[in-house]
Amino acid sequence: MSTAAITSHGAHAHEHARARVLVTPEGVSLPFVIASRSSRAGALILDLVIILVLMVATTVALVSIAGGTAAIARSVTESGGAAQVFEFLIVAWIVAMFLFRNAYFLFFELGPRGATPGKRIAGIRIAARDGGRLSAEMVIARNLLRDIELFLPLVFLASAGAESGPAWIAATAWILVFPLFPLFNRDRLRAGDIVAGTWVVEAPRHKLEAAMTVLPQAGKQTEAGRGYRFTDAELAVYGEYELQTLERVLRQHRADAIVPIHEAIANKIGRQDGTGDERAFLEAYYTQLRARLESGMRMGRRKADKFAEEP
Amino acid sequence: MSAAEPIDAIRAAALRSDRFRLEREADWQRLEHIVTQMEKGRLRRISDEDLLALPGLYRTVASSLSIARETSLDAATLAYLEALVKRAWFVVYGPRSSLGAWLRGFLGGGWSRAVRAIGFDILVALAVMVAGTVVGWLLVASDTEWFYTLVPTQFADARVPGASAEALRGTLFGQSERGGLSVFAAYLFSNNAQVSILAFALGFAFGLPSLLLLVKNMAVLGAMLWLYHGAGLTLDFAAWIAVHGTTELFAILLAGGAGLHIGRSMAFPGARPVLQAAAEAGRRAALVMTGVVLMLVVAAVLEGYARQLVDNTGGRLAIGGTMLALWIAYFLAVGRRRDEVRA
Repeated sequence: MSTAAITSHGAHAHEHARARVLVTPEGVSLPFVIASRSSRAGALILDLVIILVLMVATTVALVSIAGGTAAIARSVTESGGAAQVFEFLIVAWIVAMFLFRNAYFLFFELGPRGATPGKRIAGIRIAARDGGRLSAEMVIARNLLRDIELFLPLVFLASAGAESGPAWIAATAWILVFPLFPLFNRDRLRAGDIVAGTWVVEAPRHKLEAAMTVLPQAGKQTEAGRGYRFTDAELAVYGEYELQTLERVLRQHRADAIVPIHEAIANKIGRQDGTGDERAFLEAYYTQLRARLESGMRMGRRKADKFAEEP
Repeated sequence: MSAAEPIDAIRAAALRSDRFRLEREADWQRLEHIVTQMEKGRLRRISDEDLLALPGLYRTVASSLSIARETSLDAATLAYLEALVKRAWFVVYGPRSSLGAWLRGFLGGGWSRAVRAIGFDILVALAVMVAGTVVGWLLVASDTEWFYTLVPTQFADARVPGASAEALRGTLFGQSERGGLSVFAAYLFSNNAQVSILAFALGFAFGLPSLLLLVKNMAVLGAMLWLYHGAGLTLDFAAWIAVHGTTELFAILLAGGAGLHIGRSMAFPGARPVLQAAAEAGRRAALVMTGVVLMLVVAAVLEGYARQLVDNTGGRLAIGGTMLALWIAYFLAVGRRRDEVRA
């Protein structure tokens, strides 16, 4: 059940080919963004590198243990104990390699973050496509297919020999179908996602920023800002998009951006004051513009951007 | 931070939407703290009150988000709330059961129900496996050259057409002194598990490669069977295979059936959308496959130890037959009651 619907937020429409909306059981619609193919490829490469490092480290550790055992066995006597230790080490190695290959993804994706270390670094996670609970079966199914998607061409080539033409053709065809599967569908699903009913979404984290109208060090600036009064006509020029752009600039505390923006706004609304006191001017304008737009919202009137007609 | 400070801040906020936010942000931050701890897997560090409060806090913050969307134009706060509700949603609706609880449900009926649900596909896979064995036998019987084509060279040590009955008997019996049994068992498990994962995963291509893989593997068995039959060792060979084979071939049968199940539901989704059909079949097949890996562990232990240690045909047949009976009984009987409730 794919309840996903494309939404478009006017000015940001370009990044919303990947936007999907999911409605929680509480009736809150949550916008999700499908993870980009590049972040998924990056996450996969990171995970494969981590697995490789783990495999090499385990092998080195076991070999050095085996070497130590051999040395002890030589120095004491020819005992049968050493052979049993070797046998155990080889078993441990085979089991460890099997687990690294098959259980790494399972272990991490079943955890509360729903993401392997590579996915976490890339800021993405897996989720159930129908908006329901992510179940263990889904995680198992999507990871059982990973093996053939990635490694089967290598098996072809290994068994047929690198000189074999048909093996290369088969491997190429395989790569065109499976690893590149996410290139050919809208939701960036790979074969494992289709079979499991999952998809990979962005998992952003945001810190709670300070409230704009009570910025901690802005006490006196707000006082000063109260000195600037804007008429309704001066405020009617801009809409929500410009307001939120202004918010971004003010939050970033970048002095070099403030001056040109003050100039642009002052020109647009026909004010000459505020030069040398740009920040206070812009904060006052921001506060009054937001108050005006928000009171419009409460009446059910919204103005998306400066091109929108005043309702 | 003194207690009076936030209240002053609320009064100081010029905008109604900022006052709304300052009144509620303590709840938001409490939820964020709980969610962060849960994401880190530190469940023990969360107090009981916090755990009890989680569902309520989640609903509170979700409703804060709904209100903020209608009343506030503070983009940073909206982004924060959206991300927080999403994270909380993943925690509240995330994988609920612990691995232990999941395993109990799995062994106590989830697995056998999934196996029964794909019964038809398993029957088809069984027919294909029998056909593969027969084909292997017939090919080698018509022309012994086929033997070398079918059987990988690693198996064909003494076991080649024209070998004496004595030599063949030697491959079946008298290897109980061989060391390294556990290594052998571990290797067998790893290898067979990878093969059965392959048989399952190939089901994605509408199940056909799964079937081909089954035919190819069973043809080897057919060829071997012909070889030992010629030396009058049919029963001994069958017993030698049966010790682990009833478990291992059963597991491969299930893996092939699971692959076929996915392939079939994608080729013939019926009234459902293809993606939905594939996802439903995939989840069912994943349950079966988890069990297949467990069966292969059992099979490898039987093959590595039991076959080498029990050196007579009667004992081997008894072990193999018992395992087969146990598996069939398990799949047919366990988890029946909930079947009826669901039906």
